[in-house]
Amino acid sequence: MDLSLIIMQLLSGIALGAVLVITALGLTIVFGMLGVVNFAHGALFMIGAYAGLYLASLTGSFWWGLLLAPILIGAFGMLIEFVLIRRLYGRSIDDPLLLTFGLSYILVEGVRIVFGSDGIPFPTPPQLIGVLDLGIGFFPRYRLFVIVLVAVVLLALWLTLEKTRVGLIVRAGARDPTIMQVLGVDIGRVWLAIFGLGVGLAALGGVLAGPMRSVNPEMGSLVLAEAFVVTVIGGLGSIVGAVVAGLMVGISISLVALFAPEMATIVMFALMAVVLLIRPQGLFGVRGRTA
Amino acid sequence: MPKSGSTLRISRRTALAGLSASAALLAMPRLGRAADETIRIGFPTPLTGPFAAEARDQVKCAELAVKLVNDKGGIGGRKVELLVRDDKLNAGEAATRTLELIEKDKVHAVVGALSSAVQLAVNEVTRARGVIYVSISQSDTINEAKDFSKYTFHEALNPHMTTAAVARQTLKKGMKVAHLVADYAYGHEMLRGFKRAQTAIGAESVGEILHPFGAADYSTFMPRLMSMRPDVLCISNFGRDQANAIKQAVDFGIKQQMKIVVPVILHNQRLAVGPDVFEGVVGGANYYWGLETQSKSAAAFNTAFKAANGGAIPTDYGAYGYSGVGSLLAAMQAAGGTDTDKVIDALEKLQYDLTKGPQHYRKCDHQSVQSVLVLESKKKSAMAGDNDLFAILANDAGSDGMLRTCSELGHAT
Repeated sequence: MDLSLIIMQLLSGIALGAVLVITALGLTIVFGMLGVVNFAHGALFMIGAYAGLYLASLTGSFWWGLLLAPILIGAFGMLIEFVLIRRLYGRSIDDPLLLTFGLSYILVEGVRIVFGSDGIPFPTPPQLIGVLDLGIGFFPRYRLFVIVLVAVVLLALWLTLEKTRVGLIVRAGARDPTIMQVLGVDIGRVWLAIFGLGVGLAALGGVLAGPMRSVNPEMGSLVLAEAFVVTVIGGLGSIVGAVVAGLMVGISISLVALFAPEMATIVMFALMAVVLLIRPQGLFGVRGRTA
Repeated sequence: MPKSGSTLRISRRTALAGLSASAALLAMPRLGRAADETIRIGFPTPLTGPFAAEARDQVKCAELAVKLVNDKGGIGGRKVELLVRDDKLNAGEAATRTLELIEKDKVHAVVGALSSAVQLAVNEVTRARGVIYVSISQSDTINEAKDFSKYTFHEALNPHMTTAAVARQTLKKGMKVAHLVADYAYGHEMLRGFKRAQTAIGAESVGEILHPFGAADYSTFMPRLMSMRPDVLCISNFGRDQANAIKQAVDFGIKQQMKIVVPVILHNQRLAVGPDVFEGVVGGANYYWGLETQSKSAAAFNTAFKAANGGAIPTDYGAYGYSGVGSLLAAMQAAGGTDTDKVIDALEKLQYDLTKGPQHYRKCDHQSVQSVLVLESKKKSAMAGDNDLFAILANDAGSDGMLRTCSELGHAT
């Protein structure tokens, strides 16, 4: 087995991990800040892909779809928070879980009614069609783009949360909402923005996955399971955890695919089991924290 | 005279009215009885999940076959009813639904199942209960003595037939072949078929990768496949797996290095990913609507389907729903009812031509002997319209020669 093959394989794993990271990130932010286990995350990922496709065909450019779909679906997420989720804060964790679970069914059926249950072609943007010669092998341009874009989004997100006043309020609000209210911060607006951000990230993941996988109403269900595995491995609510675990899962799947391809999907769950045995709170999780 | 004329007219009217009334009265108990004796066909199929597009087409076509028979007055005056159940692409679910169809709904026969593993589960149940099962999903083992029963009929093509036809069109002596295979019964059987065909041709296998069934991402298999440097890549999977695997192979530039072939090229998956991705991919098929220029029955089937479905065209796996239910109903018609042994006898003797040319069930293993199409996906610029998807490379007429022999399958000859 030569080195170039292993490097190509690693790169495939990182590209796969990048989509996992962006999707798991939305899930973990919403859980970490709001304590809401969002079971509609996969459905919103799927809606994001459809919105991206629709906006791309409307404007004639993939780039508008990529830019506008996460914003639009993020706004839709805010509407969901404002109308539905908000009423359930302070109640048991099961209530929003069941609500979002039901919501996911409604969203999937809605898409089935509007767009049908067959897959829809999502063409790769013309600038990113084809492969790039890396010297050791060929790699799809689009997947390289996904890796770069996810890195940029992560950097922007990290800077916002760590270096800005908005980030400070968000982090403080997650730790002690009451004190924040006493200090005159409208915590409701913070929660609204966080939920919108989480949903927007799911939609971004969906648009990015569109040109790689076929776009269909069920595309979110598998992603939801993967995102949960990543979130659990990384530690519930941990942003760093989601990034590290996402890449870990992608690379593990990829390397296992090289030696035992039929085990490629199972490895993710095996990894989760091992991590939970050694560190039940996940790699970067905080012990005993539920919300 | 006018008076008597009018009395005559009245009396004739009265007589006519009386006659028709008594006729209706006489017919009523028969109608009542006939309604009780509706012929019920169970139809398990995966309405949800990655094969849902193909499953829905099967239902539409099966319903069409039932409608056409009912429009002609049913079978011996008995109406036919199709009982569709979602098997969720799960063998256990399918077995439960089939058992329910037999025990609770008292179906007279079962047609359906779209996954090879699921169809074998349905076959177990129908075999144990002595109910006729017309299978419409590809399998080789269902014809073998181990899985076979006198109640089992296989309307679909089988992997042996499709892979041989595709290999004949695409492989040459000395070619190197790599395989990407879904890790379940369908994939295994298709791989076996391809390997057998390539050995006969003199092509060489350079490697095979089994992928998990229902995977969304195939990118991790691509570097390894490319490092094998084959001339041909055979992708043996089904439904959405086919669309995703081909799309991602194309993304990795595989088509510049090798030809992609599939045992069964799917109409719906070609639609789901678009012409650019599928361009040049070759695969086998039981049916393609474009056959209508060569076959009168295809033209008639297309017309009937369009009329019933708002102008839509029938697809490959949909056609199985039509020919599977259609052949069963034709045999019931010939047997004069639903008596299982008589219908089996009629199916074994049946010569039918519903979608593409003559077909019959071979006596030893109940495999439908039928033509096999080999299709190539057209490039976008060569398409005459949205539905002009494939060029027909070959239309091999049905013959016993394309099947394994009865003794090879373990049947007494």
